[in-house]
Amino acid sequence: MSGVSTELETLLGTRWKKPPLIKLSWLRWLLILGGAVYLVLAIASVEVNWSRVYEGLDRGGAFIMSFTRPDFLSRGGDIWNGLVESVVITVAASVVGILISIPIGLGAARNIAPLPVYLVCRAIVAVSRALQEIIVAILLVAIFGFGPLAGFLTLSFATIGFLSKLLAEDIEAMDRVQAEAIRATGARWTQWINYGVQPQVMPRLIGLSMYRLDINFRESAILGLVGAGGIGATLNTAFDRYEFDTAAAILLVIIGIVMALEYLSGVIRARVR
Amino acid sequence: MPVREIAGAKVWRRRTTGEAMLRWVGWLIGVAIFVWCWQQISASTTWFFVWDAPRIAGDIIDRATPPRWSYMEKLWWPIWDTINIATLGTLIALVLAVPVAFLAARNTTPSTWIIRPVALFIIVASRSINSLIWALLLIAIIGPGVFAGILAIAIRSVGFCAKLLYEAIEEIDETQVEAITATGASRWQVMVYGIVPQIMPAFAGISVFRWDINIRESTVLGLVGAGGIGLQLSGSLNTLAWPQVSLILLVILLAVVISEWVSAKVRGAII
Repeated sequence: MSGVSTELETLLGTRWKKPPLIKLSWLRWLLILGGAVYLVLAIASVEVNWSRVYEGLDRGGAFIMSFTRPDFLSRGGDIWNGLVESVVITVAASVVGILISIPIGLGAARNIAPLPVYLVCRAIVAVSRALQEIIVAILLVAIFGFGPLAGFLTLSFATIGFLSKLLAEDIEAMDRVQAEAIRATGARWTQWINYGVQPQVMPRLIGLSMYRLDINFRESAILGLVGAGGIGATLNTAFDRYEFDTAAAILLVIIGIVMALEYLSGVIRARVR
Repeated sequence: MPVREIAGAKVWRRRTTGEAMLRWVGWLIGVAIFVWCWQQISASTTWFFVWDAPRIAGDIIDRATPPRWSYMEKLWWPIWDTINIATLGTLIALVLAVPVAFLAARNTTPSTWIIRPVALFIIVASRSINSLIWALLLIAIIGPGVFAGILAIAIRSVGFCAKLLYEAIEEIDETQVEAITATGASRWQVMVYGIVPQIMPAFAGISVFRWDINIRESTVLGLVGAGGIGLQLSGSLNTLAWPQVSLILLVILLAVVISEWVSAKVRGAII
């Protein structure tokens, strides 16, 4: 007890201070100092052409104003075609991506797959996650030529990495008891997966699929920048020609669809839970 | 329990006949939509190029190996730029995201009817548009360069950070806030002593997580002219300098792996 009372006595009369986020004081000061040095160097190395920025403010204002009067009509045909292509790519890539990522997700779960299968599937997931969509799209456009096929393959590939990893993590975290009960009835491997594993991970799989559909649509909007189809090409042209009214219209359409998809996925996720 | 009689014996079924039919129709519609989408893609594809693809891919790999290592000396500066775009962009985004998050969280927003929907709209608008598109827009407005890249990353990250942060704020322990309020603290003091300490770990985690994503995104911003290593990538692609392209892709891959490792380590230390 004497230890406590002396600690209390030393604290008496001193002001209380908030405990810092990082406890080690030398590490805290090192981080603060390093951060400050880095910030000075970084900001000094960024060249900003302020006169150019100042000139651009008018255009920035014009762009923001154009959101109040978006022009859906004068390039209506282009917007519609681009949009349909984006949606088509999104749907097809999501379906194919999900179908392929289910077996890979099963293979990447350590508790149901043998080690060689596990390693192969994890390698596929790692490769798919490390390469960004836009770089994959550039390479695929170079290989397959311009058009939505490259975009479709890009998004399918990206979906596999995302979905397989999360599905595998979910399978690894499942309740073993239920799966074992099914196995005890003498079920085959496929029956075991179908009745023991699938019901446990299905709600999350549906939720993740909806989320990925949402991501795929957002990504499909930029694939057009490198020639892989979708609404990105229309948007790029609109910016290049300073047709901000049309660009604003396209951006509003994208935001609207993303919001609708988010709402839809919220409803579906709430229902399957 | 749905049961079906087959030859006098009762056999357990997973679904009733009606349910099974409904599912069947649903699947049919789904498959029909997929087939239609595939036809659309197929119609606008030049299949001759696709059948030729293995040869082209082999050709590209042939040209791209070995990477031109001597090009590395021209890449150090773009790499530094790329890191700056990601880091400064993340910092600006965090500064902007904190007030937005406090306005969007149900328990700290000053008005649920007016300010909260505005804050939520800012979050959705920022999140639904890719940083490449933000970069395109900013380049049209303030000209190409690193600055446009930083702003593009910042605008894109505000929504992400604010969303995760306001969810963290909504999950705080209200009893601590009440304890601080009971001491007679002002609104700001409640925020500093009651709310901030609780969301600090989440805040640090979100920052590092977003920084990791931003390193990824900033490597390709140069494709549209917003500075960083992507500028070299698009230049090399346009001149068909495949050995340079393969070197740049290797550098990008390495940067992504390192940043993911750093972010995982830091988040592991915080949580």
